[in-house]
Amino acid sequence: MRNRRFYLGFLVVALLIAGIVSGFASANPDGLEHVAETLGFSGTATDHATGDGPFADYGIKGIGNARLSGGLAGVLGALVCLLIAGGLAWMLRRRTSPEE
Amino acid sequence: MHVPDGFLDAPTSIATGVVAAAGVGLALRGARKELDERTAPLAGLVATFVFATQMVNFPVGAGTSGHLLGGALAAALVGPWTGILVITVVLLVQGLLFADGGLTALGTNITLMGLIGVGVGWLVLVAVRSLLPRRPASIAPAAAVAALLSVPAAAAAFTLLFAVGGAADIPFGKVLAAMVGWHVVIGIGEAVITALVVGSVVATRPDLVYAARPLVRARTLEVRRNTTAGDAA
Repeated sequence: MRNRRFYLGFLVVALLIAGIVSGFASANPDGLEHVAETLGFSGTATDHATGDGPFADYGIKGIGNARLSGGLAGVLGALVCLLIAGGLAWMLRRRTSPEE
Repeated sequence: MHVPDGFLDAPTSIATGVVAAAGVGLALRGARKELDERTAPLAGLVATFVFATQMVNFPVGAGTSGHLLGGALAAALVGPWTGILVITVVLLVQGLLFADGGLTALGTNITLMGLIGVGVGWLVLVAVRSLLPRRPASIAPAAAVAALLSVPAAAAAFTLLFAVGGAADIPFGKVLAAMVGWHVVIGIGEAVITALVVGSVVATRPDLVYAARPLVRARTLEVRRNTTAGDAA
């Protein structure tokens, strides 16, 4: 498989997971939250500084439909990760391939 | 496993912040040796994929869920140093944009899921890989074992931090048993997802998989020798 087709396929899968599959995620507390609740220290968590931000808790403020709001937030976050991590990796890369 | 603000006291959070900064600094140097122009785009895509997959919590019983941490997956696909950078970027985006994981706990989360998740994942992967046949197909099972162990390792590390600077005084053994117990179960999900993803990439593009590099090179040499023999005959 050529590079571009492979990369594009990988990206489409990731965006489908962020945009659509994420809507079917379990809403139960995760391992750490569950342990904190059962052992009685979940109350020590304090409010997040950007807890009122426009994308807090994987949603987009102003979009009422939870699936749409969460899906769009997921795609947005995934693309921001692509941009930052991909840009950083591109800056750090070796200029010559090891096989040469 | 995103630690919120408030679980750990200020000195502990500052200490993990220093550890995280040092680790990421080393990773920025180490990643230069891992990345070339074919694998740099893959690093961006792995960050995208880990972010996406971390949104998908899967149920693990008793009203509890877990999600992929991605340390072993990233280490297998793009190498340990680049893997640390990938997970760090994901945690930064989650903490800053989506209020997932406390801002004062960023150092803690990078230490737990980045340094320990990727570090333990990579070391286990290399150990298991050395026990398996020297072919690319061995990478997915090695990454699965690495994934399985990396999650309780990060959970155990949290327990240590909580014993040092936790906001509540709870017996160490109790926290350790609960954290490791739940995260072994979550680690099984981590192993399944990691095996599927690493297995798919190894099947389509083994040349792009960092952990398969020594094995792919060995195989290429073999093929060339056969071709030369055929030409001579």
